[in-house]
Amino acid sequence: MTERRAPGEGGGRRPTVSQRVRQIPASGIRKFFDLLASMDGVISLGVGEPDFVTPWTIREAAIYAITSGQTMYTSNYGTLELRIALARHLERRYGVSYDPHRELLITVGVSEALDLALRALLDPGDEVLLPDPCYVSYGPCAILAGGVVVPVPSSIEHDFRLLAGEVAARITPRTRALVMGFPSNPTGAVMDREDLLAIADLARRHDLLVVSDEIYDRLVYEGEHACFAALPGMQERTVLLGGFSKAYAMTGWRVGYAAAPAEIIEAMMKVHQYVTMCASTMSQAAALEALRRGDEHVEEMRREYDRRRRYMVAALNDIGLSCFNPKGAFYAFPSIRTTGLTSEAFAEQLLLEEKVAVVPGSAFGVSGEGHIRCCYATSVTEIKEALERIDRFVQRRRATFPQ
Amino acid sequence: MKDVLRILEQDARTTPEEIAAMTGRSPQEVREIIRQAEKDRALLGYHAQVNWEKAGEEQVWALIEVKVTPQRDVGFDAIAERIFRFPEARSVYLVSGTFDLAVTVVGRTMQEVSAFVSERLAPMETVQGTVTHFLLKRYKEQGAILDGEDRPQRLPVSP
Ligand SMILES: Cc1ncc(COP(=O)(O)O)c(C=O)c1O
Repeated sequence: MTERRAPGEGGGRRPTVSQRVRQIPASGIRKFFDLLASMDGVISLGVGEPDFVTPWTIREAAIYAITSGQTMYTSNYGTLELRIALARHLERRYGVSYDPHRELLITVGVSEALDLALRALLDPGDEVLLPDPCYVSYGPCAILAGGVVVPVPSSIEHDFRLLAGEVAARITPRTRALVMGFPSNPTGAVMDREDLLAIADLARRHDLLVVSDEIYDRLVYEGEHACFAALPGMQERTVLLGGFSKAYAMTGWRVGYAAAPAEIIEAMMKVHQYVTMCASTMSQAAALEALRRGDEHVEEMRREYDRRRRYMVAALNDIGLSCFNPKGAFYAFPSIRTTGLTSEAFAEQLLLEEKVAVVPGSAFGVSGEGHIRCCYATSVTEIKEALERIDRFVQRRRATFPQ
Repeated sequence: MKDVLRILEQDARTTPEEIAAMTGRSPQEVREIIRQAEKDRALLGYHAQVNWEKAGEEQVWALIEVKVTPQRDVGFDAIAERIFRFPEARSVYLVSGTFDLAVTVVGRTMQEVSAFVSERLAPMETVQGTVTHFLLKRYKEQGAILDGEDRPQRLPVSP
């Protein structure tokens, strides 16, 4: 972090960078970039995106959009065609009905949608509850929107689910919103309907808004995804964020959406129109094709991830890095406590000694300490090789660490 | 069974132990499924897919349209069998349309392929005629793009 200097001190220059930006920590993931850049032969389980290329039918639709001259801005909300298709999609999958004219907004990924939602909902000093560990953007976006972050710890004992009791214990009169994302990045945890009902009950009693990042909704391997907005009474207080990046292997297209009551979408749109105008036109054409003809491809990729998931989780447990069963997304989040190392030390030494990149759990919050995030969106061949290397590394550490 | 076959179809070298880990079955169960599938001929073989051109060996491929007179009782099956018994015939299909059998033939030279057609295929009693299409360029076979796709680079670490 930049050192704070009082005005006038040290040559009279005030800090160049704003207090608000200085307040947000640098991403714990970034420092691995520099290390990695100088190394050859690294197998990376540190990614956060599919290894599949976008299905051809989707790429082809975008090419068609370009050749047929769809090169102008779209409506600030996104193309009506896409919003109508999206409304149908959400209705069909989760039984939630959103008005495509007033309750849906197409954004530059869930990333932008999250930022818009928090900016639209928070006043300075409002407290925002976040599961800990959680996706790296939730905290910084909340801070940038003037919010105060209140982490809600979770642990391997409860498969990293967000427990209503833990949430309740942190609600104050200033609590405005809960931001959560299940299936979870980094843990792979899912919340079933019962788990969510308990959260919904709190939201109702304490008049909380819930920002539910369901970008991994299609990557669930056991049971069905439960959509928070579909719970009784929740649609009116939920901002549902969803996307195309993970399910359709479309991370580079930068397109996603928010679904929420008209008043909230209107507020989000106000920010969106001044900041980005609209999501990329070609990417919206691609997203439309994804909704129209992507299902089979999603299912094929999901099946492939599932094989890799089972393989990786079994292998991690065999190595002695105990790993709960992650039922969604594409991450395993094993405990590394038996090695006696911190997550960061583990990740750094593993990279230097065995050339395998993983992300330290601490990058996602203090409750992530003692864990590492291993992404299985990588070929089985690579997973196999990576796990052999991790095994060697762990055996060496074990030999020196008294159990 | 299908879950096991799907994995083998992608990579025939996957071991029963690995398949077991991927599917949640026991290795013993996987071995049994494979044995049964082989027996039922649901599993036909475990071949490497070779691009001989890249391996420095010339090959000539042709698609042959064959028009035949179906025979009493056996229809097209008897003539199809007479053709598919030749190792030169790599695939034989009965098709709808203006001809009946679609045969792919491979040889070392054009002469070799045309000799096969003119001396072995065309003279069969029930064959009324053949049309030979020599392949000029092979782009994709059995789901594999021959020139290979450039693997796009992912950032090694991302949130
Ligand atoms: C939980 C979660 N939310 C949001 C995002 C960002 O998604 P998008 O590509 O739609 O901006 C990611 C990507 O890693 C994620 O894991």
